Amino acid sequence: MYAIEVENLVRKFGDFTAVDNLSFNIKKGEVFGLLGPNGAGKTTTMSMLSTMLPPSSGKASVNGFDILKDQDNVRKSIGIVFQDQSLDEELTAYENMDFHGRLYRIPKNTRQKKITELLKLVELYDKKDNLVKTYSGGMRRRLEIARGLMHEPQVLFLDEPTLGLDPQTRNHLWDYIDKLNKEKGITIILTTHYMEEADKLCHRIAIIDRGKIIAMNTSENLKNDIGGDVITIISPERDALYSAIKSIPEVKSIELHDSSITIGIQNAEKHVAHIVNVASANNIEINSFSIHKPTLEDVFLHFTGRTIREEEASSKDKMRMMRKAGRR
Amino acid sequence: MDIVYTIWLRSVKRYIRSKSRLIGSLGMPLFLFLVLGFGLNSVVVMPGIEQGYIGFIMPGIISMSVLFTSVFAGIQIIWDKQFGFLKETLVAPVSRLEIMLGQTVGGATTAVTQGLIILGLSLFMGLEISNIPGFAVAIVFMTLIGLSFTAFGIAIASRMDDMHGFQLIMNFVIFPIFGLSGALFPIDSLPEWIRSLTLLDPLTYGVEGIRYGLLGTSQIEPAVIFGVLSGFTILMVVVGSYLFRKISI
Repeated sequence: MYAIEVENLVRKFGDFTAVDNLSFNIKKGEVFGLLGPNGAGKTTTMSMLSTMLPPSSGKASVNGFDILKDQDNVRKSIGIVFQDQSLDEELTAYENMDFHGRLYRIPKNTRQKKITELLKLVELYDKKDNLVKTYSGGMRRRLEIARGLMHEPQVLFLDEPTLGLDPQTRNHLWDYIDKLNKEKGITIILTTHYMEEADKLCHRIAIIDRGKIIAMNTSENLKNDIGGDVITIISPERDALYSAIKSIPEVKSIELHDSSITIGIQNAEKHVAHIVNVASANNIEINSFSIHKPTLEDVFLHFTGRTIREEEASSKDKMRMMRKAGRR
Repeated sequence: MDIVYTIWLRSVKRYIRSKSRLIGSLGMPLFLFLVLGFGLNSVVVMPGIEQGYIGFIMPGIISMSVLFTSVFAGIQIIWDKQFGFLKETLVAPVSRLEIMLGQTVGGATTAVTQGLIILGLSLFMGLEISNIPGFAVAIVFMTLIGLSFTAFGIAIASRMDDMHGFQLIMNFVIFPIFGLSGALFPIDSLPEWIRSLTLLDPLTYGVEGIRYGLLGTSQIEPAVIFGVLSGFTILMVVVGSYLFRKISI
């Protein structure tokens, strides 16, 4: 049984295709990550699945309910933490929770019990009567998560849940999300552009770019596709270096980019000397040499041949143009 | 009904909490009341109205305060849109009609409260209300103004992306509605063509209705006032909920 089924989902804004023929399934109890640069179509996908935006074509169901024909049941099944804040700052934390509970028609007794329980869970109970405008970013995020859980959703949507939070709060939230999934068995779909986040939380990750899924697998397998660790070398004679290194048998993958070469290799530390020797044997100058564990940047680069930063700039422009077009 | 109540409750809580808004929105009506009322009271002769010009404009000032508060309450949806709170409401399993009605009733409540505060203050300044039923009539008309113009504000807000257009709406829609309404002058003494223009202004009926309630005289038949104003209110709620249903974020 799937919690979410998506089939050939398309969303266009004018000429711009934000979500392009997306298909995937998420199992009940799974934590699924949509990973990609800004403007890749993650939030648009979330909006469609949460019935906020009708798809241009294709279909999808959440918790067995069709997102077009059965909106009310979809809405009852899901909890959402939006990318942008969606709290009323002029109300207290308790009142924000209470408002939510009333909207979902939770009876008074259950509502009060739930609010107390959830506010304690996210450690905001002591501050429940403070206005939200006095809260810090992390506290607001926690409050939003607590609120999203109040009506006991089957599926929880987290759109960039830790965006703009400090590392400590982020870790705290990760633990919490993990606990939710394990203890309550809630299916979680989250979008992020932090590989680390997806890595830590998600059972499966879909890398999404320009509205398409370009890779979907467990984080382990995605990184294995790169071939272990990543070495980035910057050199003025990269073409010569490329052909020299290509002959080293341990190198799993090697890619040529504008100014650099990236190499996928297991246990990179062991092979540093060898690679440098090959370079110096061929009289090739090296400007910079670095080793790191694969990041989203690398996985993305591996699958698309572009860096996320390049992509981010161009898709942001696109979004801006799109918005302007929408206003007219 | 639960949902309408929930949204209403939020509006009222916000209203009570924002003391600066409450006091700030009293400033303009009070200022007009004092300056025009006391300034012109001795030079303007109002036949048939015992309390003079100051008594004549009081219902006008009350409707002004109801008008401004309610339009503003409706337009506030733009803030909700910008600060994201609207999403929280729209994604809940409730119909948009309920949300829109809750906002409308909430806005009207704050607007009528604001009007009553002005009314209360004017009593301190020496105005007298002779009959209690008339007071109730005035409240009915204030409520109709409140409901219709909050819905009007919601309709506008549903079509606007941000607050940039707010000034435009204020200057080219709300002030003309107020200015043309006969809040500050008797419409009977106007040239015919302006008079017919004022009769197209829904607020004219609101002002006359309140005037009828508080002073016992009006320049339009009370039944006509009630009919036109109720019709306008229904129209605005229908238009407002239609546009609100199509809102996208």
